[in-house]
Amino acid sequence: MHKEEIIKISHITKRYEENAILEDFSLSVYEGEVVVIVGPSGCGKSTILRIMNGLEPIQKGEVTYRGEKVDGKLGSITRIREKVGMVFQSYELFPHKTILQNIMLAPVLVQKRDKKEVKEEALQLLNRVGLLEKKDSYPRQLSGGQKQRVAIVRALCMHPEVLLFDEVTAALDPEMVREVLEVLLSLAKEGKTMVIVTHEMSFAKAVADRVIFLDGGHLEEEGTPAEFFEHPKTERAKQFLNTFTYDKVERE
Amino acid sequence: MPNLGIEVLFKGSNMLRLLGGLWVSLRISLIAVGFSILLGIPLGILMTVNSKIIKAFTRLYLEVVRVMPQMVLLFIVFFGTTRIFGWNLNAEIASVIVFSFWGTAEMADLVRGAFISIPKHQYESARALGMNSPAIFTVVILPQTVRRLLPLSINLVTRMIKTTSLVMMIGVVEVLKVGQQIIEANRTSSPNAAFGVYGTVFLLYFIGCWPISMLSKYLEKRWSNA
Repeated sequence: MHKEEIIKISHITKRYEENAILEDFSLSVYEGEVVVIVGPSGCGKSTILRIMNGLEPIQKGEVTYRGEKVDGKLGSITRIREKVGMVFQSYELFPHKTILQNIMLAPVLVQKRDKKEVKEEALQLLNRVGLLEKKDSYPRQLSGGQKQRVAIVRALCMHPEVLLFDEVTAALDPEMVREVLEVLLSLAKEGKTMVIVTHEMSFAKAVADRVIFLDGGHLEEEGTPAEFFEHPKTERAKQFLNTFTYDKVERE
Repeated sequence: MPNLGIEVLFKGSNMLRLLGGLWVSLRISLIAVGFSILLGIPLGILMTVNSKIIKAFTRLYLEVVRVMPQMVLLFIVFFGTTRIFGWNLNAEIASVIVFSFWGTAEMADLVRGAFISIPKHQYESARALGMNSPAIFTVVILPQTVRRLLPLSINLVTRMIKTTSLVMMIGVVEVLKVGQQIIEANRTSSPNAAFGVYGTVFLLYFIGCWPISMLSKYLEKRWSNA
């Protein structure tokens, strides 16, 4: 019943200096699927996304996008990155360009698309995330949540086949988290293929088709959100999920 | 009211001579700024390269320039080269050499600072959008670097103009020296000329530097986002 495999990570090992970040890790992402990766800090979650986009070299194994090798050193990487969009924790809009210019830059420069057509689409997307009136503002004039929504639009405007979200709400104030996650939820409804790294467990539960639990560079557990969040199989996953709940204080 | 000694300026062509002196000061600093930019930018980019040898050399150069007073550099280049190599350097050329030597070091350090201040994530988010390295450099990194650099390098220009007052020590007749000459020549007829003439020299420096300094403030404000 699985659809076509888009990204395939097979048996990769990633070391940073002496430390193994990922050890013999494999993961496939299928068309139309939302994969959420959770796990304690420093377990290698973000590294997986960066490797999928060829931003991180690996020591062993292979990553492919539709059968084509993903490697930051190959010339084909720019073409693959057009298809594998990525949104970062720190948004990283270009501060010297307006919101509209930020969004239009890569489609016009990299994909050589028609300016007018790109602009129309950019405005439509901005409207969809409720930021149309900010089109001529500069990033510094926007709140964190607004910047992150623009960063998502910027990635969307490239017409990517897969979107990678790297802790996109981790740098945001709590009240701004929702406005960003709503955008992700609506993309999921549309059937977009996404890989999401997040610490927002209730969001993960709502959006995921499949949850990957990572610990110490290993895949510890994998399952549907219902399985994983309600009946975690491994001890490690139980411990991890427990860190998000608190017992009521009993006063003597 | 005491005699301010301003009347000296209207004697003969004194005012014109002062302006001529100002032009000498500006000429030396502007030529030196040109060389400093031309040489400092590639050197600054070189300084961002991760090589121990390059780092050691540029560090040494920078420290020499910082530690040594410009006056000593001027003396070495002007008098020293005559004794050792038998060169007969024109004083203005010697000044341009020293100021360029100094300016190149400062400029390179500013360029290096501007480049490394661009967060690594800017490169990554551009890469994630499928941009190749030349495009990332020209469209994303360079414009931000220039914005950070311009106000700082304009400050360097005004510092250079001010420091040209030293070059009279090796015989360049610039604005301050012309002022001294005028005061000396009128010692008996206008004993108070020192106030009027030096006051005018002060104003001339101000007129030379203030607009540049305002430009830098304006750019800094306008580009405060980058």
